[in-house]
Amino acid sequence: MRHAILIGALLAASGLVAQDMPRYRWENFTTAQGLPDNRVYSVCVDGDRVWAGTDNGLALYEKGRWKVFTPADGLAHRAVLYVALDKRTHDLWIATMGGLSRYSAGRFDTFTQLNSGLANDVVYGVAVQGDFVWAATAAGGSRLNTRTGEWSLYNERNTPMYEIWTYNVTAAPDKVYYAVWGGGVLEYDVKTDHWKDYNDPDGETEIVLHKDEGLIHEITTSVSYVNQILWVATYFGASRYDGRNWRNFLDKDSGLPSNFLNQVKTIDGTKTWFSTDKGLAYFDGENWATYRPALDTHAPEMLVRDAAGKVTRVAVDTAPAYHYTFGVDFQGDDLWVATAKGVSHGIRIKTGDSK
Amino acid sequence: MRVDATALLRSRLCLVLFRAANVRERLARPSRHLRFAIVAALAFGFLVFGQSAPETSNRHPSPDDMVVSADGRRLYVVCSGTDELVAVDPIVKSIAGRVAVGHVPRGVAIAPDGTRLYVTNSWTDTVTEIDAVALKALRTLPAGFEPTGIAADGHGTLYVGNRIGGDISLIDLASGQDAKRLPAGRGASYVAATADGAHVYVTHIYPNPAKWRTEPESEITEVDTGRQAVERRVPLHNVGGVFHVALSRDGRLGIAAQMRPKNLVPLAHVEHGWAMGNSLTVFGDDVGGAVQLPLDQIESYFSLPFGVAIAPDKSKAYFSASGTDEIAIVDLRKLVAAAKSADAASLANDLSASAKYVLARIPVGRNPRTVALSPDGGTLYVSNRLDDTVSVVDTARGVVTGTISLGGPATLTAERRGERLFYSSKYAWGGQFGCANCHLDSTFDGLQWDLEPDGFGIDIVDNRQLEEIGGTAPYKWNGGNPDLPTECGPRTERYFFRSQGIRGDDLQDLAQYVTSIPLRPNRYRSPDGELTPAQERGKAIFERTAKKDGTPIPEMNQCFVCHSGPYYTNLQLQDVGTGKPTDRSPKIDVPQLTNVAYSAPYLHDGSARTLEEIWTVFNPNDTHGVSNDLTKDELNDLIEYIKTL
Repeated sequence: MRHAILIGALLAASGLVAQDMPRYRWENFTTAQGLPDNRVYSVCVDGDRVWAGTDNGLALYEKGRWKVFTPADGLAHRAVLYVALDKRTHDLWIATMGGLSRYSAGRFDTFTQLNSGLANDVVYGVAVQGDFVWAATAAGGSRLNTRTGEWSLYNERNTPMYEIWTYNVTAAPDKVYYAVWGGGVLEYDVKTDHWKDYNDPDGETEIVLHKDEGLIHEITTSVSYVNQILWVATYFGASRYDGRNWRNFLDKDSGLPSNFLNQVKTIDGTKTWFSTDKGLAYFDGENWATYRPALDTHAPEMLVRDAAGKVTRVAVDTAPAYHYTFGVDFQGDDLWVATAKGVSHGIRIKTGDSK
Repeated sequence: MRVDATALLRSRLCLVLFRAANVRERLARPSRHLRFAIVAALAFGFLVFGQSAPETSNRHPSPDDMVVSADGRRLYVVCSGTDELVAVDPIVKSIAGRVAVGHVPRGVAIAPDGTRLYVTNSWTDTVTEIDAVALKALRTLPAGFEPTGIAADGHGTLYVGNRIGGDISLIDLASGQDAKRLPAGRGASYVAATADGAHVYVTHIYPNPAKWRTEPESEITEVDTGRQAVERRVPLHNVGGVFHVALSRDGRLGIAAQMRPKNLVPLAHVEHGWAMGNSLTVFGDDVGGAVQLPLDQIESYFSLPFGVAIAPDKSKAYFSASGTDEIAIVDLRKLVAAAKSADAASLANDLSASAKYVLARIPVGRNPRTVALSPDGGTLYVSNRLDDTVSVVDTARGVVTGTISLGGPATLTAERRGERLFYSSKYAWGGQFGCANCHLDSTFDGLQWDLEPDGFGIDIVDNRQLEEIGGTAPYKWNGGNPDLPTECGPRTERYFFRSQGIRGDDLQDLAQYVTSIPLRPNRYRSPDGELTPAQERGKAIFERTAKKDGTPIPEMNQCFVCHSGPYYTNLQLQDVGTGKPTDRSPKIDVPQLTNVAYSAPYLHDGSARTLEEIWTVFNPNDTHGVSNDLTKDELNDLIEYIKTL
């Protein structure tokens, strides 16, 4: 009898967890709605406006319509890999396969390895830190001082970066982190002007020998740093670092739908979103949720995994455009998601709403 | 700060006596008392104007920007030559006080409540905050590189156009910090706010970077002060050199003064009006867009349009022509009608169009700059920079009713005479342009010109800056002129003005002035001369004699051999492989490098848009110095050093 009560309580608790995880009504946008391409690498929210970086141009969603910008408008290259907003000026910094562009109220200014101090034209990521703009390029990091125009380059010659293929960058007032593809994570301390690297302690590509003893893998794709908590996405799982301890997450022991992560983006250091090749995942510190079209039936799917590891399927009517996701950004309680088959707008369903 | 209290007292006494004298006009038979008052007033007035004329000094005030107080009782004039703000009592036309500010002040704004004045100091990269009543400097606020124009939004923020920075400083008055920057056009300079402070408009004097040999593109940068962000950029196609911008009181109409340089065709078409279009852009809700219209008239050009003001009732607009020394009075309703007409888009080059809306052109002093209206719109003040005066214009009658002297040396030097020639357009055919139309504020224009009558696209030359060029002969990119009198005399007469040249003593004066144009402060060099680590590394590259693999670099391919001496030029011609098939000779004058960071684009024809492109694009064979063994970091270091020269 006591066992029955316990099982019943666990089931009830599991149901509660499923109900408590955020639910969304998904609206999806593709070329049919005006996107220049369905392969969308990045989304970026600026108030009521949403920017999308696609394989064939930059798109702006405003007042219910998509407006497209291409190299003919001054964009550095058609393939837009990442977009970052300067929240102070509302200018957009755009990482492309052909340089770094700034969009400011209708004007593009483009920086390339030929016309500026930018290290390389293949720019995977960009971040804004006050008057500095940090770029992650195929030949190391670059920093532009927008007040003086001075460029500073960071590579194997002046940092512990042994691999210069920087893939993503995040910047806070105190720290800057680079995800170095094949080279772990590089940390820049603003106060000390000092660089430090974080690497996989076992150095193994295919296996994890020392879980929670350091970065989970060297092939890093994304970094996110909020409230002095660092999250790292790799092609072999995710890592969280609080300045003292590492904690790693794999699909086999967490709610991650896949170890192949394209982006990690944390809200507060705990609540964190993961863009994977098998769906969009959310972690609230204990429980996980995955949002996607089912991998087999493509029917809308929401899976919740509680702290005990129990997985519950939540009935939903809509799902993101595709399970292969590249990135997210937040618009209040809503989500915008970049997928390989369009942009998805996750409209948060409030408690008590029928949908 | 120095308040001329004696002058103030004299001016007030004078006003009382003149008021007494004015009673006479209303009396058929003046009393003995009144007759005495008239005589006394006239005598005292003569005494006052004689004595209250500002102290003469060996520096010219060179008045530039101005604002009028809300009650119309004070005119505040920025004097860039004497580093001061001068308060003028416009009623009695005398100086009420002076406040020392920073070096080479250029712009002034008044707080909406009238209690504070803000002056940009273009050479010290600061803004001086002044108590408008006590005429006392209160604070010095930081700004960007070469702050020029300024406006206060009335909500605690100053907006400053930084010419060298090409951006807008948003100075938070509570903290006194240059809180953030917004990207503006290249050479951001002049700023105006709407009456409610909701929007700020910024113009820029150099065209934005663009592909080589394409039409110049400029903009009016509109800032939403609520969001403190650029809201939109009004595109100005075919425009290079945009000066003052003004807004109507209701904010529905804006006007900017500008030039339309015709730099893509040979300068053989001066007589067809095809060298420099002096024009305006009218924009805003009243127009429904942005429309360019000419200020020039057939065979009578309105050269170097600079200042603009809009009457409070939107009946008229006023412009100054800094090159032809006059103002234009424009019927604003007819101007808007022209801007809204079906053929508006084709009017920008139609010199007959201006007859539709230009009511009158009135001569004023030399090099008129700012035009500022009294609150009721009845009086227009014009700062005559090269006369050290302010003209007072009765707008109803359209006549100059007085001139206020701001002092200055009694005798003109050769430099000052030459400066007047430099800014005058009277020598070119039809008064179309002068030296200063291309050398804006004695700098450059960021354009490439097809100067000589040798066919389209032959011998394209980039406009060079003029700072400290006295010791850099020969002149021209092909080194064809051995000295400045040759450069400025026969050459200019033949190839540029195509009319009357500057000759004799005038030519010597002009050369003297050009020689005297000073070097602006270098913003990339530490005040103590110490180089940053990157600059130090760049200096070593600049001075190296061997490649990184130890291979010696031939002497004539070492940076510091050709770019040697105090101006970083060996004064020779050199073929560095940058010549084009359209150049008559591959040998190029080695340019001076002082303040080279300011004068993009680069190379003799301006084909390198940035310093980087000199080596990343135009030096494939290591003929312009050896650069192909450098890493990107090292090239960046080299450039950081060159920017300090």
